[in-house]
Amino acid sequence: MSEDIKTFTISVYTENNIGLLNRISAIFQRRHINIESLTTSQSEIDGVNRFVIVVNVTKTNAEKIVKQIEKQVETIKAYYHTNEETIFTESCMFKIKSELLFDEPQIQNIIKESNTRIVTVNKEFFVLEKSGRRHEIESLRRDLNVFGIMQFVRSGRIAVTKEEMKITELLMAFNNQ
Amino acid sequence: MLRIMKTQTINNKQEVASKTERITGSEAIIKCLIAEGVDILYGYPGGAIMPVYDELFKFQDQIHHVLTRHEQGAAHAAQGYARISGKVGVAMATSGPGATNLITGIADAQIDSTPVVCITGQVPSHLLGSDAFQETDIVGISTPVTKWNCQVTKSEDIPEAIAKAFYIAKSGRPGPVLVDITKDAQFGELDFEYKKCTGIRSYSPVPKTKQLAIDAAAELINKAKKPLIVWGQGVILGEAETELKTVVEKAGIPAAWTILGASALPSTHPLNVGMVGMHGNYAPNKLTNECDVLIAIGMRFDDRVTGDLNTYAKQAKIIHFDIDPAEIDKNVKTDIAVLGNSKESLAMLAEALTENAHDSWLQEFKKLYDIEFESVINEDLNPTKEGLTMGEVLKQINMETKGNAAIVSDVGQHQMIACRYADFNITKSNITSGGLGTMGFALPAAIGAKMGAPDREVVAIIGDGGYQMNIQELGTIFQTKVPVKIVVLNNEFLGMVRQWQQLFFDKRYASTEMTNPDFVTIAKGYHIDGKRVTKREELADAVKEMIASKDSYFLEVCVEKEDNVFPMIPAGASVSDVRLS
Repeated sequence: MSEDIKTFTISVYTENNIGLLNRISAIFQRRHINIESLTTSQSEIDGVNRFVIVVNVTKTNAEKIVKQIEKQVETIKAYYHTNEETIFTESCMFKIKSELLFDEPQIQNIIKESNTRIVTVNKEFFVLEKSGRRHEIESLRRDLNVFGIMQFVRSGRIAVTKEEMKITELLMAFNNQ
Repeated sequence: MLRIMKTQTINNKQEVASKTERITGSEAIIKCLIAEGVDILYGYPGGAIMPVYDELFKFQDQIHHVLTRHEQGAAHAAQGYARISGKVGVAMATSGPGATNLITGIADAQIDSTPVVCITGQVPSHLLGSDAFQETDIVGISTPVTKWNCQVTKSEDIPEAIAKAFYIAKSGRPGPVLVDITKDAQFGELDFEYKKCTGIRSYSPVPKTKQLAIDAAAELINKAKKPLIVWGQGVILGEAETELKTVVEKAGIPAAWTILGASALPSTHPLNVGMVGMHGNYAPNKLTNECDVLIAIGMRFDDRVTGDLNTYAKQAKIIHFDIDPAEIDKNVKTDIAVLGNSKESLAMLAEALTENAHDSWLQEFKKLYDIEFESVINEDLNPTKEGLTMGEVLKQINMETKGNAAIVSDVGQHQMIACRYADFNITKSNITSGGLGTMGFALPAAIGAKMGAPDREVVAIIGDGGYQMNIQELGTIFQTKVPVKIVVLNNEFLGMVRQWQQLFFDKRYASTEMTNPDFVTIAKGYHIDGKRVTKREELADAVKEMIASKDSYFLEVCVEKEDNVFPMIPAGASVSDVRLS
């Protein structure tokens, strides 16, 4: 009986430590699991970092990985969630030749219809920015690709969960021990 | 780094500080070690750790440094010390090759959950990342094989880093920790105050045992007709030997052990049914697939224990006691998981169990033992053929030591024979490289073990292959006069690999035959008395002489060249398919 492979968002709350990224990525590497995206940032708690890691694995493997991540001394707590259990987004940027903005009026429609923001415009190029789901970004890229894109970059997924994260309580409990 | 250490200060719990004094980083390192109760450490000096060695010289009345002949020897000696004493072993090395030479020992300690703190010197911080002389990224290299590691570049960060290192190494599921300290941090000064670490907010080493889980486990066990306990090193690390005995006796459950669990319950205990795993005993392997409740305690269902997972104990309900949540459902899906420290969990379990006996079930173990005795054990221990067997050497050692020795074994055929046949009356007596299978482990580990328990007889049992992987440590034995007994079981082969070649590679003995030197002469070169035995009639006296010796002693026994170890579960086969020949 083989289990389905699904997309899971792994959220990890950690102490801010330089070596930890290495330890966490090694957990995936050892098991030959490709990291689809990895983002780290400050979390809602001062001094606590949050990793958002997206992987395509079975639920059993997601569970095992989360336990291995939690085992690391500087991990405060780790969770895994399905797409349905999170609210997530990615963002992207396009750099495009400025002349196209005037030569190809269609581009202006694309920008308007896709809710894309113009970050900057100068004589040589203009820059667009959009956040959204992967398919929205992909369709925008396809549309703009017809006219030529100088540079394209997409970020990893960032996500918040529908369920409550009780990290503050966890940390309080430690202080009150 | 400073910023990071500062934030950690807030997140750790520490004892109240004593008064401060202005000292150098290297003196602080020694004072931290002394404050942690370290009186012995193993290591090898070199450029980037020299300031610390200079301080060791000044503090030699309080802390004893053992100069090994190779850093790998230092790491294994620290492991041997930790395994026999239950205390944290300490190894020290310089940067670059000194640090990388520790890695095998660190990896061994990681997979066998041994508390070891390694301190390495590092090039001065302004040279970090410049490919300086003897610079390696040891924090990067050691990350996958340490429980925790860190680099210290500021003198004032030393006490806290070392306090954390000791706390993390020993607490919860123990493991190796590495602290890399730059030379400028060793030379620089700090206001020294030492506060032991007593907690880290992101780290909960011991999950609390839940009464509900205990009750569920007890209910299953109380109803079981054919329960089987398989315990591992978790019992020894949790110092739960008495609690295990109580559980086993109260519920009358046959109990088997993994290689690292050996000696937690005496070999002679009537409910001790032997070792599980690839070369374990016939009965517990076979009956793993017949029990109705399998109670795993402080063991991790290693592949050498389970064989093929798809056919492992499928008929049984599985109860898994462990301190490490990551072990639950890792390899074998459990029905009831009991998290927590084994001492506490087993005491709670004992309370909840009803008194019971399983005589007819126990008889099945006896029956299978008899089969194993007839087809394997008898010929191993009481051979009728001319050549000496490894088993009869163990039998002789048992007789001379009355089962009270600590046996330190290396890796291979002799290791399996030692674990199968050594009598263990006392806990923490089977010191061997289980998870990593590190050849070269035994000689240095025996040094550490003897120093960690000077009153105990320590017998290293080593194959001719593994012996030569760290044979240089004879120099350490000579210099320190540590009275370890060394037995080399010489079959002039890398025996276990040869056995596999015979069984699975049509006897193509590729690079397994060894042309060996005169081992006795080598021992004598280090002024270690020794003897070579080639005939059965010489064996008893030679073992007697070795055990009677007040000093270190070397005994080479030339055994049958092409003996095999049985029973055997071929790699990937089911525990039910354990072979007797």
